[in-house]
Amino acid sequence: MNPVRKQRLIVVLAVFLGLALATALAVYALRQNINLFFTPQQVVSGEAPVGTKMRVGGLVMEGSVVRDPETLDVTFDVTDGKGTFTVHYQGILPDLFREGQGIVANGTLVSQERFEAEEVLAKHDETYMPPEVQDALEKAGHPGARKDAAGS
Amino acid sequence: MWNTLKRWYHQLGSPRYFYRFADIVLPWLWPLALIVLAIGLVWGLAYAPVERYQGDSYRIIYLHVPASSGALMGYIAMGVAGLVCLVWRMKMAEVMLKALAPFGAVLAAVSLISGAIWGKPTWGTYWQWDARLTSMLILLFMYLGVMVLQSAIRDPRQAARAASLLALVGVINVVIVKYSVEWLNTLHQGATLNLFSESSINPAMKYPLLISMLGMWLLYAANVLMRARAEVLSRERRSGWVRKLVEGH
Repeated sequence: MNPVRKQRLIVVLAVFLGLALATALAVYALRQNINLFFTPQQVVSGEAPVGTKMRVGGLVMEGSVVRDPETLDVTFDVTDGKGTFTVHYQGILPDLFREGQGIVANGTLVSQERFEAEEVLAKHDETYMPPEVQDALEKAGHPGARKDAAGS
Repeated sequence: MWNTLKRWYHQLGSPRYFYRFADIVLPWLWPLALIVLAIGLVWGLAYAPVERYQGDSYRIIYLHVPASSGALMGYIAMGVAGLVCLVWRMKMAEVMLKALAPFGAVLAAVSLISGAIWGKPTWGTYWQWDARLTSMLILLFMYLGVMVLQSAIRDPRQAARAASLLALVGVINVVIVKYSVEWLNTLHQGATLNLFSESSINPAMKYPLLISMLGMWLLYAANVLMRARAEVLSRERRSGWVRKLVEGH
């Protein structure tokens, strides 16, 4: 390669790598702010500040959803296997909300065990399958049949 | 093999040869792209099975994923063109840099809009300042930035050099778009299609998706070739072969 081009290549690559490194460090340093939500582990360990507005995310624990028959009040436990806390919400839940489903809730952390949600969003996972396949998996007792619904 | 590639590189690097190549390929590429895309979309939207939880609303994946993948790949291609432009000062790289941006911007916008429409029934929101969504919005702005920078500087060679730096630097953002769902907590789910491991989508849904993606990429390629051909003609308007071409007709 001719020396002028070689030098230009080195300069351009150096600028690119420098900027890539700077961006990586910035994203790494700001990841607490870039992360959309706190995980249950962070809530239980006290990493998430109590009393402030924030988002939390995790899986709706199986069998924990309690709906008030008179009002739109609903409470459920959110878990990630390392921590669990209760979410209280008043309003209409998204269609995809189910037990075992991943959710992101926006609201206030009242205490380390209780979160008052103003908005509940459903996550959906990257698995797509027709209902018949899901039925077949459940019938066969395939471990993926329920677990994959949990989302990540 | 290497020598063939090298010969292609040099031949397609010549505007005149490129013009002839585009003239031969385009009449075939346009219909091919539209047919492949139509097959993928009709199969996906009308014949693929419904999804167990999302029902029919998941079908927007057949537009969302092809548009997003096209926008990301187009930007990487633009970054490569930018590198060649900065280091080797190759004319055709400048032309490609200009030709790649507009359709890429359209695809990025389609990806964001279709994603918002999909997000409302599934997540329950049109928009969240989630890392994946935000970095995709930045990708759209990068595309627009490259386009604006090119038209803001009158001298085409100067304009290309300024834009190629922006194109190259923006590749960092493409990496963030791709890996944001793995490195950070996001509302957006992880990747469904994986090159090196099994995809987490049922085959009956996957094949129409792959066909729509191929169709969208072909459509992008056809659009880029057409834009590049026009740009070559405009840049080479004073050269002998273009004059002969114009006067000959």
